[in-house]
Amino acid sequence: MTTRALILGSTSAIAGAMARELAAEGADLTLVARNPQRNRMVADDLRARGAATVREIVADLGDPASHQAVLAEAMQGAGGIDLTLLAYGVLPTQERCETDINRLLEQFRVNATSAMALLARLAPLMAARGGGQIGVLSSVAGDRGRRSNYAYGAAKAALTTFGAGLGARYQGDGVTVTVIRLGFVRSPMTEGLTLPSPLMSSPEAVAPAILKAIRRGLPTAYIPRRWWLVMSILRHLPEGLFRKLDL
Amino acid sequence: MRPVPSNPNPSTGGTKSAPPSRRGAETGTQTLAFGNGRSYGDSCLSTSDRVLHTRGLDHVLAVDWSTGVIRAEAGMTLGELIALSLPRGWFPAVTPGTQFVTLGGAVANDVHGKNHHRQGSFGDHVLALGLYRSETGHHELRDPNDELLRATIGGLGLTGLIDSVELQLRRVPGMLMESHTQRFGSLGRFLALSRELDAVHEYVVGWVDCLAGACATGRGLLHAGDHSAGGKTRNRPNTARVRVPFTPPISMIRGWNVRWFNALVYHRPRRTRASRWQPLQRFLYPLDHIGDWNRLYGPAGLLQLQCVVPEQEAERALSELLGRVRRAGTGSTLAVLKRFGDHWSRGLVGFPRPGVTLALDFPRRATSDRLIRDLNALVHEAGGRLYPAKDATMTGEQFRAGYPAWERLEALRDPALLSRFWQRVMT
Repeated sequence: MTTRALILGSTSAIAGAMARELAAEGADLTLVARNPQRNRMVADDLRARGAATVREIVADLGDPASHQAVLAEAMQGAGGIDLTLLAYGVLPTQERCETDINRLLEQFRVNATSAMALLARLAPLMAARGGGQIGVLSSVAGDRGRRSNYAYGAAKAALTTFGAGLGARYQGDGVTVTVIRLGFVRSPMTEGLTLPSPLMSSPEAVAPAILKAIRRGLPTAYIPRRWWLVMSILRHLPEGLFRKLDL
Repeated sequence: MRPVPSNPNPSTGGTKSAPPSRRGAETGTQTLAFGNGRSYGDSCLSTSDRVLHTRGLDHVLAVDWSTGVIRAEAGMTLGELIALSLPRGWFPAVTPGTQFVTLGGAVANDVHGKNHHRQGSFGDHVLALGLYRSETGHHELRDPNDELLRATIGGLGLTGLIDSVELQLRRVPGMLMESHTQRFGSLGRFLALSRELDAVHEYVVGWVDCLAGACATGRGLLHAGDHSAGGKTRNRPNTARVRVPFTPPISMIRGWNVRWFNALVYHRPRRTRASRWQPLQRFLYPLDHIGDWNRLYGPAGLLQLQCVVPEQEAERALSELLGRVRRAGTGSTLAVLKRFGDHWSRGLVGFPRPGVTLALDFPRRATSDRLIRDLNALVHEAGGRLYPAKDATMTGEQFRAGYPAWERLEALRDPALLSRFWQRVMT
C-alpha cells in the first residue's frame, strides 16, 4: 500500500532525508515549504528517486492563518494522509533572544504556537478519515531548561508536552503522535555552532530511525538512541548540580 | 592522504550556497570547491583555509529513465547516482576505481576507468555543465566546442564552481559482471595480452607485482570483465564495509609484507583463465569496501604516482620504472597497469591520452620521496605525463611539458579560485 505522506517543512535537511526514504518506497508525497524554488528542487529530486507523486504547496506554516487551506489542499490532493511529519522550525541565537524580546517571541510563535495550532487542526482531520501517524520533530533541548538554549528549549518543551497530550487524546481514534526528541544533527540549521562532534549525527543517519519510530506508533523516541541515556541522567540531576555542569 | 579542509565554508545548496566571490580574489584569499576529497595530493586543496564544500549540492535536478540522461547537482557522488540508476538498468559509461567521487570531481579530473579503450573518459559523456564564475555568474555549458567547457573538463575546479552535471548513462543488463583473470609473466606479455583482450572485453586492467625479482619483473594478473545479464554469485556488492578504525603508529605496508602479499596474489587464480561472476561494484571498486584504507599507511600516509606514457615508449620506460621500484624495495601492493584507448581527453589539461598508464602507491618516507621524484623525471623524459588527481610531487616544468594547453586554462581560471596544486605547478 502506498504511503501518502505530508511533509511540513520539506526544504529542511532532516525532512529532506526522510522524504528520500519515503520516495525510495514509492510513496505519494505532499511537500509544504515557504520557498517555492527550493521546494521545486526537492520535489524534482524526489520524483527522480521514485516517489509515485509529489505535490508542492507553498505556505508559511509559522502563520496559523495558512493552516486550514494547506491541510484542506493536502487532504484533497492525496485523498487522505497516512503519515504527517512536522519538521519546520527555526533555531534562534540564544544571545539574541535574551536582548531582543521580539525575536524571543517570534521563535516561540513559529516553533511552538503555530505548531500546536497546526496539530490541533490536523489530528481531528486524520481521525475523521480513519486514523494515521503524526511525527513531530522536537528536541532534547525541550527536556530541561539549559542556560545555552532555553528560548528554543522552551518552545520545544511546549511542543513535546502538547504532542504527548495530543497523542493521548487521539489514540482511541487511530491517530498516533510520535514526539521525536532529536539530539544534535549536522544541518544548515546547526551550521556554525560549536557542538561536540562525538554527539553529532547527520540527517541521513537519523531519518530511517525517525521513520521507524513513527511507523511503530511510539509515543516518544530519542534519536539517536544514545540520547535516551544522556537525557535520563541529565533530566534527573538536582538543579544545583545541573547548573554546575554549565550546559 | 585524505585532506581535511579546515574552516570549511559550506555551500549547503540552492539559495544558501556561498559561491566564489570577487572579493576573495581581491583580498588574496582564493578558495576552491571541495567535493569528497578523494584526490590524493593537493589538487583539491585550497590555498587559503576557505573551501566551498559542495556535498550539500546533492539533488537530482532532472532525469529521464527511458533515455538515461540525468542532470544532478555536482556534489552528488557517483555511488549515490549508481544507487538510483543501477536498479533501473543504467550505469555511468565511465567510472573511476572508487564510487566515492563527486560528479564535480569526476568532471574536474576527467576521470577514467578500466574501460577507457571502449568508452574514453568521464568528460566524453558529459552533455552539459552548470558553472558558476565569480565575475560572470552562472553559465550553462553545452556546446562541445566551447573553450570554457573544454577548460572545465579536467580543469581541476579552477574555471569556476561546477554546480550541476548532465550525463548520458549507459544501459547495463544487470547488476553483475562476468570476469576472468589471467597471469602474465612480463611487461611485454602484458602489452600483447591486453591488446588481445581490449578487442573483446569492456573492462581490462592489469595488476603488476612491482617487487618481484629479476626474472619475474613485470609479472602480474590481467583482469577482464563485462556486464552480464545473467549469472549468480554469493558475493554481495561491497556495501557492508569494514573500516580501519584508527591510524597505526607506523605504516603497515612494508617491503617484506608487500613482497609476500604480492606473491600470494599472483599465484591465487587457480587456472590460467579463471572466470566468475561478481557484483559489478566488487570488480570496479576493489578498495571501496575497506573504509579508511589509507590509514594502513600510517601517519605519514602515502604518495601515489600515476603516469601515462606513449605506446612506443611504454615497454622500455615502464620496465625501467618498475626496475627502479624493485631496486628501491619500497613497494606498494597497488600497481595498476592499463592500456588506454586511442583517444585524447576533451579537456585542455585532461590526463587521459593514448598510451599505457601505470599507477603506484608508496608508503611515504624519505626513500620513497626521492624515488617518486626520480620516477617523475623518467616519465617526463619518455614524453609522458602525470595525473594531477594523484600527484603531490611533480615539478612545474614537468606539468607544463605534459600539458601544453595549460596556458589556456590559466587564462580561463576564475581569479577567485586557486588550488595548491596549481600554485605549485605554475612556478
